Amino acid sequence: MNSPRSRPALKPKHQRLVLVVLAVLALFGAGLLAAWGLRSQANYFYVPADMVADPPAPGQAVRLGGMVETGSIATLPDGITIRFVVGDGQERVPVTFAGIAPALFVEGSGVVAEGALLANGTFAATNLLAKHDENYMPRELEGMSTAQARTTVAETLE
Amino acid sequence: MIAEFGLAALWLAAALSALQLLAGVLALMRPEQAAVTAGRRGHAPSVADPPETGPGPLVRPAAVLQAALCATAFAALLVLFARTDLSVSLVADNSHVAKPMLYKLTGTWGNHEGSMLLWVTVMALAGGLIAAVERRLPERTMLATLAAQAFVALGFYAFLLFSSNPFTRLSPAPPQGMGLNPLLQDVGLALHPPTLYAGYVGLSVAFSFAVGALVTRQVTPEFAKVMRPWVLGAWVFLTLGITAGSYWAYYELGWGGWWFWDPVENASLMPWLAATALLHSASVLAARDALRAWTIMLGVLAFSMSMLGTFLVRSGILTSVHAFAVDPQRGTFILALLLIYIGGALVLFALRAGTVSEGERFAPLSREGALVVNNVALSAILGIVLLGTLYPLLTEAFGVRVSVGPPYFNPVGAIFFLPMLVVLAVGPLLRWRGDSFKRVSRPVIMVAAVGLGVLLLVWLLTGIALLPLLGMALAAMVGVGSFLPLRGRSLLRLPLPVWGMVIAHFGVAVALFGMAADSAFQTERLVASRVGETIRVGPFAVELAAVSPTAGANWTAITADLQVRYDGGAPRSMAPQSRSFWAPQQEVSEVALLTRWNGQLYAVIGGEAPSEAAGETMGQSGTSRWQLRLWWKPFVTFIWYGGLLIALGGTLSLVGRVSEDLRRRTRRGLIAGRRAEALA
Repeated sequence: MNSPRSRPALKPKHQRLVLVVLAVLALFGAGLLAAWGLRSQANYFYVPADMVADPPAPGQAVRLGGMVETGSIATLPDGITIRFVVGDGQERVPVTFAGIAPALFVEGSGVVAEGALLANGTFAATNLLAKHDENYMPRELEGMSTAQARTTVAETLE
Repeated sequence: MIAEFGLAALWLAAALSALQLLAGVLALMRPEQAAVTAGRRGHAPSVADPPETGPGPLVRPAAVLQAALCATAFAALLVLFARTDLSVSLVADNSHVAKPMLYKLTGTWGNHEGSMLLWVTVMALAGGLIAAVERRLPERTMLATLAAQAFVALGFYAFLLFSSNPFTRLSPAPPQGMGLNPLLQDVGLALHPPTLYAGYVGLSVAFSFAVGALVTRQVTPEFAKVMRPWVLGAWVFLTLGITAGSYWAYYELGWGGWWFWDPVENASLMPWLAATALLHSASVLAARDALRAWTIMLGVLAFSMSMLGTFLVRSGILTSVHAFAVDPQRGTFILALLLIYIGGALVLFALRAGTVSEGERFAPLSREGALVVNNVALSAILGIVLLGTLYPLLTEAFGVRVSVGPPYFNPVGAIFFLPMLVVLAVGPLLRWRGDSFKRVSRPVIMVAAVGLGVLLLVWLLTGIALLPLLGMALAAMVGVGSFLPLRGRSLLRLPLPVWGMVIAHFGVAVALFGMAADSAFQTERLVASRVGETIRVGPFAVELAAVSPTAGANWTAITADLQVRYDGGAPRSMAPQSRSFWAPQQEVSEVALLTRWNGQLYAVIGGEAPSEAAGETMGQSGTSRWQLRLWWKPFVTFIWYGGLLIALGGTLSLVGRVSEDLRRRTRRGLIAGRRAEALA
């Protein structure tokens, strides 16, 4: 039933070796691809100070995290677009968001906005992540260094 | 009383798992006589083995009893939640007297301790089941397998008893209880975690079989045949669990997405990828006695991914590395268990893999060759998902916060996923051992023509983005290719496992088509609308007929009444809600879905839009506007139909394998009986 239709076969040892080498190569390739993919994601998360100092390319998908400044939320006439300012105690970035904001998105609390920076310096958010928990207490970000602000935002969100 | 009873049952189960481990190890240390003679006799030695003495016979009853006790402990916790016994700390923290009965029950596993108890219960039941019914392997391999199962279970019993005791009392008992997160108060919670866990933890059996085979050096086709139905069963549950979880996230979160590459989702995807690879390599081992060491490796890997997932989800490390550092007890405990079990199994593998002799050879162009491509691609995707999931945790430990999302996972994963699908479309046509291009050229050209045709047609007609376009073409190729193994065969006499393969592969095509269609063709409208206004989205006209207040058992809500016409047809109602729960206080939007054969309309109501600035709304002031978000998602349902088809294929395959085995066993029993008669 199994006529020898395969070509003059490799020695057993060799076939095993070839298989292992191919598998390792493929997995190594996957690792390299992953590393390359992750490297280009490394600047995915920004706080306002970073975003002003070293802005991402316009249109690149990034996240912006910080505090929603008190008194900054305003709704545009279309009834669904909101405009607010995210700050970290050093810099401020204006943000627009069209959509249904999460219930815990309020002034003076932390937010992570997903979206892209526009050429005019406004951050256009496509999604807002606010902490989904009523036990959340916003922390003061005033006067913190970028690294501290980053840690605090990271801790208080998600 | 019930809490103490449950706790006692849990302690007893833990003690029995220690006994099971000890007895198994002691029995394995006895001289190998039985195994040696059995080995000379060839296959199926267990049937005719002389009754063993010593600790060996204790192992199977211990496993069965342990399963019964653990199930009892879980039942006790169910009763506590059903009665809302607030003197138990876990119930007080996670339940509420005013909650519907269904959610009281499902709340049992809607928290850390309860869900870990469910985890351990599934593990004990899986171990008890193999101890009770699996008799095909050499008894020593079974002993090693059950000892390994007990060893893993013991660690998780310790975790439960020492750091996550679900039965801790609370004094004084509070009057009401804290309530369950409203997002979890849904039928999805009743189905999703138990199914997922049955699959997730069911893979522990594959892990234990692999360890057992390594300990006794019995990596044979018979071993693969024994392991395969168990892996299939776990894999079917895992597939159902992931499918249900995806649909649940889709309608519960209200974001219109069905997969977020969230670490918790990845934690369930990674074992699935490893188990899928394992199923395919086990079939090579069973049919052709090749890929021995690799199959064992995947058996270890699949459950290792389950344990890693448990660590990610249960340690709190995902919230933040810092949160993990603040309360490290639980996380460190699971991390230590991970290191012991995964590390131990890998060391055992490294020591023994060299002694597993090489299996049969095969030509590159053969069924085996195609399955190797499948295995390597699945492993590569697994590695990509694993790195993407762990990378943010690593960088955060060094003070850099990074989020890894779809921009990484989609393209990088596709580099391996798409070629794998090409091989999937034609691989099942190849013969075992070796094949020639000439023999398969006709069907291959046909599949390629279908793919190219769809690619050109869709590109010219719609001009959609590259990934969905390739997805469409490959869905067509896999869809056609999946049925080609049926060519020229009698459909009635085809074995069930072949049907299973065909249906599962077709399910992949259906799901892929749904994903591609949804991402390419969905349309979205976001408006602030007054009562009486009509919104157009895709082929729909949606009229906001009314907005009214509603109340439920533990929430109040505003409900929109939408009258929806498809292409000018008869109106149908939809009622999205925005609910405010009061225990705990939280707002949740209840999505309304309108399902047609060709897709779903997805409707969310936000809240009242702030009134417009004076002067802009001449003549219309006084009527409030409501935020509405509508999506038309063509063929999105195919994603979950595909998942169900894949699970159905797995089930058919499982039924086929088990009934085939039962038939063989009866036949063997008959022959043995006749032989005994002849001797007498």
